[in-house]
Amino acid sequence: MTSLHLASLKTHKNPKKPISRSLSDAGLPPIKWREPIMTGFLSLLAIVMTITARGKSQFGFNNATSWFSIPTWSFSSIILCAIMTVITLAFTAWIWKKAYQRLPIKGWLVVIIVLAFIVCFLSWVMGGNTRVFPIIRLLSGGLSFSIPLVLGAMSGALCERTGVINIAIEGQLLGGAFLAILVANAAGSIWLGLLGAPIAGVLIAVLLALFTINLRTDHIIVGVVLNMLILGLTNFLYSTLFVQKSYLNTPVSLPKWKIPVLGDIPIIGPVFFHQSILVYLMYIIVIALQFGFFHTRWGLRSRACGEHPLAADTVGIKVNYRRWMNVLLGGAVAGLGGAFFTLDSGLAFIENTSAGNGFIALAAMILGAWNPLGALAAALLFGLTTQLGSLMMTLGSPIPSEYLLMVPYIITILAVAGFVGAVRPPAMEGKPYPI
Amino acid sequence: MTSSQSSFSQKLRKAVLGIDTLSIVIAIVLSLFIGAFIVAFSDQNVQKTTTYFFARPTDFFYAFGHVFASFFTSLFNGAIIDTQAETLTAALRPLTETLTLSVPLILAGLSVAVAFRAGLFNIGAQGQLLIGAIFAGFVGFSFSLPYGIHMVVAIIAAIIGGAIWGGIPGILKARVGANEVVVTIMLNFVAVYFLSRQLQTKLFVGNGQIGKSQHVHDSATYPLIIGGWSRLHLGFIVALIAAWIVWWILERSTFGFELRAAGANPNAAKTAGINTTRVIFLTMVFAGALAGLAATAPVLGTSHVLTDGVAGTYGFDAITVALLGRSRPLGVVLSGILFGALAAGGSTMQAAAGIPVDIVQVTQAIIVLLVAAAEFIKYYRAKQLAHHAAVDRHQSSSSLETASSPALNAHVKKESK
Repeated sequence: MTSLHLASLKTHKNPKKPISRSLSDAGLPPIKWREPIMTGFLSLLAIVMTITARGKSQFGFNNATSWFSIPTWSFSSIILCAIMTVITLAFTAWIWKKAYQRLPIKGWLVVIIVLAFIVCFLSWVMGGNTRVFPIIRLLSGGLSFSIPLVLGAMSGALCERTGVINIAIEGQLLGGAFLAILVANAAGSIWLGLLGAPIAGVLIAVLLALFTINLRTDHIIVGVVLNMLILGLTNFLYSTLFVQKSYLNTPVSLPKWKIPVLGDIPIIGPVFFHQSILVYLMYIIVIALQFGFFHTRWGLRSRACGEHPLAADTVGIKVNYRRWMNVLLGGAVAGLGGAFFTLDSGLAFIENTSAGNGFIALAAMILGAWNPLGALAAALLFGLTTQLGSLMMTLGSPIPSEYLLMVPYIITILAVAGFVGAVRPPAMEGKPYPI
Repeated sequence: MTSSQSSFSQKLRKAVLGIDTLSIVIAIVLSLFIGAFIVAFSDQNVQKTTTYFFARPTDFFYAFGHVFASFFTSLFNGAIIDTQAETLTAALRPLTETLTLSVPLILAGLSVAVAFRAGLFNIGAQGQLLIGAIFAGFVGFSFSLPYGIHMVVAIIAAIIGGAIWGGIPGILKARVGANEVVVTIMLNFVAVYFLSRQLQTKLFVGNGQIGKSQHVHDSATYPLIIGGWSRLHLGFIVALIAAWIVWWILERSTFGFELRAAGANPNAAKTAGINTTRVIFLTMVFAGALAGLAATAPVLGTSHVLTDGVAGTYGFDAITVALLGRSRPLGVVLSGILFGALAAGGSTMQAAAGIPVDIVQVTQAIIVLLVAAAEFIKYYRAKQLAHHAAVDRHQSSSSLETASSPALNAHVKKESK
């Protein structure tokens, strides 16, 4: 009702609108163009790819399961592309029809189109390439790449749901990566290193909370400055401490654990259940937060502090205490995510090792509409894109990997512009309390 | 005329000696000391002396003092006057280096400052700089134009490039309300990948190595303005002119008034009939143009080639420059020169004393955090004052009431019991 009312108000303001409308539209609510345009764009791209597809594309399933070997799939890429394009077009037509009828559009329709598009894209990219595309490496590598993104996004959600904007995710990841390897080598135990990572995150979170909550500084300024501070500090320590005592930066690597029964499932097992402890911690954290935010007293109170702190205060919730706690918890989670760059990847610390992952995490959180599960989906998509980009570099592809690496950022811009899923931040994020 | 001049001098005195400036100076000095402490504690000799600190504490203090002193002397020698130089020009060279390095910081700082004044947060100066650099570089090495004209065309190209990249978040913010912070952060990365892609193409690289573009033609570069002994180029004058133009637009033009009104209170501005969507869009275009112009400093002024690191971290440093300069053009120029001095001193520090240049970034960040803390103290004091005033008013009014009505007087007494 209100949207109708608003729409009529808008048309009043803009006298040109009613004239250009056809008669049949009169009295109906305006068409929601988001999904139709998005899917239409994807099908257009699919058609272009079908026309330009060449040769055969091969998909390999190495390491999918230890029980039997799956033979390499080989398709004519033009046919595979055409099939996927037909699927895309069919569902897009359905979505357009629904949009014209002003009926709600189901999310799974869009998911099918996106999946078909991805298959189409892969077969187009691999068309004519003599090498085999490693499906399992794409999936398991994509999952690894998404660890810092997921944990960073969880940190963002924890902070922003209670009303503190956390741009310092990048710094927390970097600090976590640094302290993780430092502690792991200094104490001689990788598990202590894994403890060091969240501690670094918490230390940065203390500064973030102090300045945003108590000193009422602009949240974005504090975040940006903290990122600068941590980047400068880790670079400085890298070229002093790690140069003087190079043993402190010896690569160490977390063991990969196989979950007994689940790890033996073909394809799913090696991808999801044969990973390091960080991945399992990630599963637990995401599930715990999703449950915690929406089904516990803690979550309700946290969200209240972000949406309407005055109301929360009125019913006796200590707004600033709760914000402090959540920012510290978020710092710990993001710091843990930083451990990926050193402990999980098994590489030594290098300058600016987080390389903008904190900002992709921020993007994932926004795209996931500040929900843990949504952020997880977005972060997995971004991790997959990153892995695809790096696979493309080694396999060779018709489009430069740089353009693939841009995809997460462009999707996020489209998301905040309202083209892909509506996103609404917590109402009072970035506002100090008491106002 | 005279009255306006006197008010200007009064303003100047207030700006220079005011509490703001004092707190900024304290913040700068304090953060330099913190930086020096970090450097001293990470020094190997200092660490060695701490192991026998209780046996011979003088060793520790000597080593500590040595590092501490070398931090400040190398900073001074690198940023202001080289005390060990033999000729006058060599002695003054660090000062000109400071001014040279301040050019991109001033211009990018102006970009962030303009957006701040309109209530927008332009984190995208870095991306706008990169796109400006691509445009300016491309014009610089692929066009053949006469001296002077070529430079002007390259500058205009940089401005257009930055303006486009600033216009995207501008139009998204104005039309659909997309948060400009998020959009500009994302556009930064898009620009990074775009540049790194271009640096692999034949068009940009020519016959050279991948990752480094062709050299900008001499006809397009900024001429050196005080002779060949220093790198100080025309870009510094351009930056000063840009600062003056920004001042004029902000303080004297209708658009500047609308911009500041939209920044101070968007709802009030809208009610007063200001077209805020237009103001938002134009402000971001203007901010982007300034950031694009900042790219001319490395591309046409100092390095003359495009690389992945052509923009350094100017776009992010610009945020601290604008914050420290309170988003006023004069303040931005001064803080740009200060950070230019830190950058110049930092590189000398690295060469002469072996102190990594990254400490400069740490110092910059600490300056801004301390200024933020000072801001809070000011806010807290103002709040205390307001509170006391309110209490006083309350007391005086209640005393008035008690004097005027005996019935209420009795009531108050009863309550106080």
